[in-house]
Amino acid sequence: MKKMIKYIIADILRSRIMIAYTLVLLAISFSVFAIEDNPSKGILSLLNIILFIVPLVSIIFSTIYIYNSGEFIELLVSQPLPRKTIWLSMFAGLAISLSLSFLAGAGFAILIYAMSATGLIMIATGILLSFIFVAISFLASVRIRDKAKGIGAAIMLWLYFAMLFDILVLFFLFQFSEYPIEKGMVALTALNPIDLSRVLILLHIDVSAMMGYTGAIFRQFFGTGSGMLIALIIMLVWTVVPLGLSTIRFNNKDL
Amino acid sequence: MSKLNKISAALMLLVWNGSVLHAWSKTIRVGRQFGVINIKEAIRMSAAGDTILVYKGVYREGNIVIDKPLVFKGIDKPVLDGVNKYEVLSVRSPHVVVDGFHIKSSGQSSMQDIAGIRVYNTHHVTVRNNLLDGNFFGIYLQQSKHCVIEDNRLLAYGKAEHLIGNGIHCWKSDSLTISGNRAQGHRDGIYLEFTTNTRVYRNVSHENLRYGLHFMFAHHNTYTFNTFSSNGAGVAVMYTHHVHMQNNTFKDNWGDSAYGILLKEISDSQIENNRFSGNTTGIFMEGASRIQIKKNEFRSNGWALKIQASCMENQVEANNFQGNTFDVATNSSLVLNTFDKNYWDKYEGYDLNKDGVGDVPYRPVSLYSMIVERFPAAMILFRSFMVSLLDRTEKMVPGITPEQLKDTLPAMKPVRL
Repeated sequence: MKKMIKYIIADILRSRIMIAYTLVLLAISFSVFAIEDNPSKGILSLLNIILFIVPLVSIIFSTIYIYNSGEFIELLVSQPLPRKTIWLSMFAGLAISLSLSFLAGAGFAILIYAMSATGLIMIATGILLSFIFVAISFLASVRIRDKAKGIGAAIMLWLYFAMLFDILVLFFLFQFSEYPIEKGMVALTALNPIDLSRVLILLHIDVSAMMGYTGAIFRQFFGTGSGMLIALIIMLVWTVVPLGLSTIRFNNKDL
Repeated sequence: MSKLNKISAALMLLVWNGSVLHAWSKTIRVGRQFGVINIKEAIRMSAAGDTILVYKGVYREGNIVIDKPLVFKGIDKPVLDGVNKYEVLSVRSPHVVVDGFHIKSSGQSSMQDIAGIRVYNTHHVTVRNNLLDGNFFGIYLQQSKHCVIEDNRLLAYGKAEHLIGNGIHCWKSDSLTISGNRAQGHRDGIYLEFTTNTRVYRNVSHENLRYGLHFMFAHHNTYTFNTFSSNGAGVAVMYTHHVHMQNNTFKDNWGDSAYGILLKEISDSQIENNRFSGNTTGIFMEGASRIQIKKNEFRSNGWALKIQASCMENQVEANNFQGNTFDVATNSSLVLNTFDKNYWDKYEGYDLNKDGVGDVPYRPVSLYSMIVERFPAAMILFRSFMVSLLDRTEKMVPGITPEQLKDTLPAMKPVRL
C-alpha cells in the first residue's frame, strides 16, 4: 500500500496541473499579503479564495485523475491485491498530494505573514477541505461510469457546496425568520463543509460581531474547545462517509 | 528682600499656621495600643476640625456616622466591617475627609440602598484611597456638592443585576470630582443621575454586571481618560445634554445588547479622541442630535457605529475605522447626519490628484449589514461568496442601502489622532 501511495503521489506531483495549482496559490497568497498592509485583512481576502479554489481543484482534479487512471486501476485489480487497498491508496495519494500543494502554495504565505490562531485554523481547514472534496469526488466517480457525466457531476457538486447551498440557507432564513432558528442554523452549517470552515474562521476574525444576538449560540458551539472538536469530527465524518460509501461501491463494482 | 529673609518669612508663616491648627484642632488616635479603641467613641470625643487616625485592626461597630467636619484617616488600611448588615460609614457633615480605609461587607437590601460609604446632603467631602470590598453599593452620594472621590478601589461580587448596587452612585449632586477609581463587579461601575457639572476622569470600570458608566439627566459633565472594559452592557448614557467625552477607552464589551457607548436622547455633546475596540457595537445612537464624533478610533468592533433614523444633525468627522466587521449600520434610508473626512479601511476608491482625499465617495453601510439588522441569524453566512457578491452589486448600484449616507471626502490614510 505504501509503495502504491508513493507511486501515486510522485505521479501526481509531477503533473503540470498540480504544479500550476501550487504556483497559482503561491502567487495569490503572496500578492494578497503584499497588497494588504494588515495581515488580518490579508487573511480575510485569502479566506474566500481558499474556500473557493481548494474545493474546486480538489474535486475536479481527482475526478479526472480517477477516470484517466481507469486502465491503471484495472491493471492493479488484476494483481493479487485487495480492492480496498487499491482504492484507499488512490485516495491517500490524491488527498496527500493535494494537501501538500496547498501547504506549499498557501500555507507558506500564511505561516510567514499571519502566524496566528486564525492562520493555523485556516491551514487546517484548507487541508481538511482537500481531503473532504477528494472523498466526495471518489463517491461521484465510482457511481458514474461515463467520464463527461462524472466531471459534470463533480462541477455541479462543487457549485452546490460553494454557492447554491448558501442561497438555500439564505432563503430558508428569510422564510423562517419569525421562528427561533438559531440552533437550526448551526445544524445547517454542519451540512456543508465549506460553510463549517468559514464559520470557524469567522469566529476568530469577527468575534465581536458574532457575539451579538445569535452569536452567543455560535460561540457556545464553535468557540469553545469542545465545539472545535465537534467541528473537527464533523469534518472527518465528511471525509470518512463518502470515502466509505465509495469503497463499498468499488468493492462490488463490475469494472 | 534678600533670599534669607524670604525663607525666614516663609518659616514664620508655617510655624504660625501650625500653631493655629494646633490650637484649634487635636488628633485622636484609635487602635489597640492607644487609649481609644472604638471609632464611635473617638467621634464622640472629637470636635469639628479634629483629625481621627484609625490604626490597623478590624472594627465592627455597625453604622458609623460622621456628623462633624473631621479628617478621618486610616493608617495601614484598618478594616471597617459591616458584617453584611449595616451601612458602614455615613457622612452627614460638610468638610469631611475619609482616607485610607478597607471597608467591607455592607448590608444587602432590596428596599434600601445600603452603601459602604454614603454621603448625605452635604458638601466638600473627600473620599480617597479606600478599598471597598464586597459592599452592596460602594460609594453613594446624595444631594451633595463639591465632593471629591478619588483613587478608591471598589470590588464587588455581584451575581445578578438586582442583587447588587452600583460602584460609585451619585444622585442629585453637583460639581463632583471623580477620579482615579477602579470599580469592578458592581451593577454599574459609575452611575450618575441628576448630577451636573461633574468631572469624571482617569477611572477604570470593568467587569461590572451592567454598565461601566451610566448616566441619566446628568448635564454638563466631562468624562476624560477613563477606561470602560468588559462590562455586561458597556456604557449607557441617556436623556442628557452637553456631555464631553474625551480620550476614553471603551473595549471588549461583548454581547447581544452590549455597546461601547449607547447614546439615547443625548444632544449637544462632544465625543472626541476616544478609542473603541473589540466591542460588539462601538457607538449605538438613538434619538441623539447635534453630537460631534471626532477623531475617534474604531478598531475591531462588530459594528463601529449604529445610527438609528431618529438621530439628526450629528457630525462624524475625521475618525479612523479599522478592522470592523461593519462600519456603519442604520435602520432606515433617512439620513440626517453628516460623515466627513473619515478614514475607512474598506474604502476602495482612488486619489488621482494626490491630495490625500479619495475622489469617489465611500458608502459605509453595506447591504449585508442591513440584512443582518433585520435577520440577525444571517450572520452565519457572512463573508460567504454569495454575500460578497450581493454586497458588491449593491455597492455598484445602491438600491436598499441609504444612498445619501456617504463620506464624500474619505481620507486615504489613517487620520493622525
